[in-house]
Amino acid sequence: MFYREAGDYKTTYAGDSQTFPIKFDRYRYYLILLIGFAVIPFLINDYWVNAIFLPFLIYSIAAIGLNILVGYCGQVSLGTGGFMAVGAYACYKLMTSFPEVNIFFHVLIAGGITAVVGVLFGLPSLRIKGFYLAVATLAAQFFLVWLFNRVPWFYNYSASGQISAPERTLFGIEVTGANTTAWAPYLFCLVILTLSAIVARNLTRGMQGRQWMAIRDMDIAAEIIGVSPLKAKLSAFAVSSFFVGVAGALFFSVYLGAVEVGEAFGISQSFLVLFMIIIGGLGSIFGSFAGAAFLVMMPVLLKNVLVGVLGWPTDLAAHLEFLIVGALIVTFLILEPHGLAQLWRVAKEKLRLWPFPH
Amino acid sequence: MKTKIATLVVGAVMAAAPAMADLVFPSLSYRTGPYAAGGIPFADGYADYFTLLNERDGGIGGVPVKLMECETGYNTQKGVECYEATKGEGALVYQPLSTGITYQLIPKATADDIPIHSMGYGRTSAANGKIFSHVFNYPGNYWNGASGAINYLLETNGDDIKGKKVALVYHNSAYGKEPIRTLEELTKKHGFELTLLPVDHPGQEQKSQWLQIRREKPDYVLMWGWGVMNQVAIQEAANIRFPMENFIGIWWSGAEHDVLPAGDKANGYKALTFHNVGRDFPIFEDIQKHVVDLGKAAGAGDQVGNVLYNRGMYAAMLAAEAAKTAQEIHGTGDITASQMRDGMEALSMDEAKMTELGMPNFGPAFNVSCENHGGPGLVGVTQWDAGSQTWSMISGFKPTDAEVIGSLIMEDSGAYAAENSISEGCS
Repeated sequence: MFYREAGDYKTTYAGDSQTFPIKFDRYRYYLILLIGFAVIPFLINDYWVNAIFLPFLIYSIAAIGLNILVGYCGQVSLGTGGFMAVGAYACYKLMTSFPEVNIFFHVLIAGGITAVVGVLFGLPSLRIKGFYLAVATLAAQFFLVWLFNRVPWFYNYSASGQISAPERTLFGIEVTGANTTAWAPYLFCLVILTLSAIVARNLTRGMQGRQWMAIRDMDIAAEIIGVSPLKAKLSAFAVSSFFVGVAGALFFSVYLGAVEVGEAFGISQSFLVLFMIIIGGLGSIFGSFAGAAFLVMMPVLLKNVLVGVLGWPTDLAAHLEFLIVGALIVTFLILEPHGLAQLWRVAKEKLRLWPFPH
Repeated sequence: MKTKIATLVVGAVMAAAPAMADLVFPSLSYRTGPYAAGGIPFADGYADYFTLLNERDGGIGGVPVKLMECETGYNTQKGVECYEATKGEGALVYQPLSTGITYQLIPKATADDIPIHSMGYGRTSAANGKIFSHVFNYPGNYWNGASGAINYLLETNGDDIKGKKVALVYHNSAYGKEPIRTLEELTKKHGFELTLLPVDHPGQEQKSQWLQIRREKPDYVLMWGWGVMNQVAIQEAANIRFPMENFIGIWWSGAEHDVLPAGDKANGYKALTFHNVGRDFPIFEDIQKHVVDLGKAAGAGDQVGNVLYNRGMYAAMLAAEAAKTAQEIHGTGDITASQMRDGMEALSMDEAKMTELGMPNFGPAFNVSCENHGGPGLVGVTQWDAGSQTWSMISGFKPTDAEVIGSLIMEDSGAYAAENSISEGCS
């Protein structure tokens, strides 16, 4: 009824190949952008920004990055935490070495540095695949964390090994540090997330994405039809690490403000982002958002309901939270192995036929 | 999207209903996770003291206390969530009991005009009140601890530890790295050798570190550990038959649950402290009568009198006394966080006051001032008796090397001020 392509005629190739070819989809997308950019900034306070929106936006970027590597190119990686740490420490070194440069460029350059490191650790993927590659990237995770803990140059020789983000402004408005107003870091992250999502979406549905998917589906066949595994795999590592690095830089500078590498970027971080894309849906940009939203908001929601509304003891609530989130993950994966993105696809299919199903 | 809307709705319900006319003390506790064994007794002690004040005295200065507990699991991300969730309720002072969370809250709380009391942890150079206007770490900090341990060694060795070998087994994190600078300065002054042995989070795997200790045979081992790392280290020390009386832990490595798993072999293990241990204080009768017997004890109620319980209680007592001081200064019962900060800065603890509170000789006497947020830094030593399963103080609160620590504090706080362009206060 509302949701159909019938009658929606395209007269140009550009119109036909746009990201959201169905009118209803497109308007929904514009509406969400409008709410995100023009409504939420006026409504949020410190709690909403720091507890919900910043982690959601930043994890979405990381999930998009990891999804390119795992979901689109089929290279399993457990090094996300380590690559986020590269982004964070690169951003910290840039912020303290070149305080006059705009923070926006620092974040992008931090992503670039992570891309280089990612390619380096992606080299083994040319020879090994599957579980073996996962173990190789696991080594990257542990090596990078160890490196940032071991070499004092990375944390500017501070006594404790903690790095903390100095105050930086964009157009005269603080986006990092303690004196920020709630909407500024939110909009800063939202702009970067929007750009990342648009770039990722267009990369994955273009030639590059098709090469990645060819490698994922069957690398020998892909090589026979002329896809270079070297270029495809390393470009996937580079692009993925870029986004993960940007997420790490934002995670440190805008969200937490002070981090310690072992605690903030440990192996659990790698697993968290991997769970996000598995629950959200491998090989789907929307899935990255859905997975990040699910894993960021679910614990906060449960905590607020159990402790805030029902008044349970905090430790009981914390234990129950683990149980419920774990059970939900298992249930989801049994009922819909392709994640939340697949649920959304099925829902759209149903909507398309409604109200006259076959 | 649906989750988001549901969260919005629930959150909106939660955000409404602000508590008025109560003194709100948030407790960022951790009763779950790898460090829960230490987090539970501290949180219980902190909660029970405020329950006692409510039940016995009707609060502080006639205003009831509201304790808001929020579970962090020792995780900085959850700590941020807890901070934001409790700050809107009128939180007076934060005691996160985690170095990572403290580092994060230092700029945030300063901007929000809420004081932090990181008692014996956190950023040591916060003792310089000229730079850290809202952070307090009285009565002692890690550098006092490091110096106190070396002083104790000097005392037991007739003031000469030249050429002695000291190994530091530390948690490889911001927390564990804190004493290294001070110890390195002290090696220059006293001529002992220092070996550094980092242990990675969470600290269950220490075989190689203790193998190295067995090979190098240091005269003394110092430990900066927390959580499960303590138990494992003491067990490993027992396994290599390291003499326990030469093994000294920081105050976070000296509670009952750290030594009990090693049984009799842990006998003689020592730990530093900045407050007294045991149940031999009149206040425990009040806690029994007004809190435990009424069934209002926090948690399982089985931690009363433990080392970390006492520490939580001590932290709550100092917070309550600071609140009283603030009430006197500003002439109002219902103080704000900013007024609480003034109270903390004017806090004065002496023996008469502690005796009156039922805690004679529980901690050192000290005065906080605008310049000095760190207190006097007096450090005592406790020892574990495995037979009677009790900790007891074997060395009273003694001064530490103010000269070395003072210059290090100036250096580190100066670096922080330069990095964040903070100008000195207190003029």
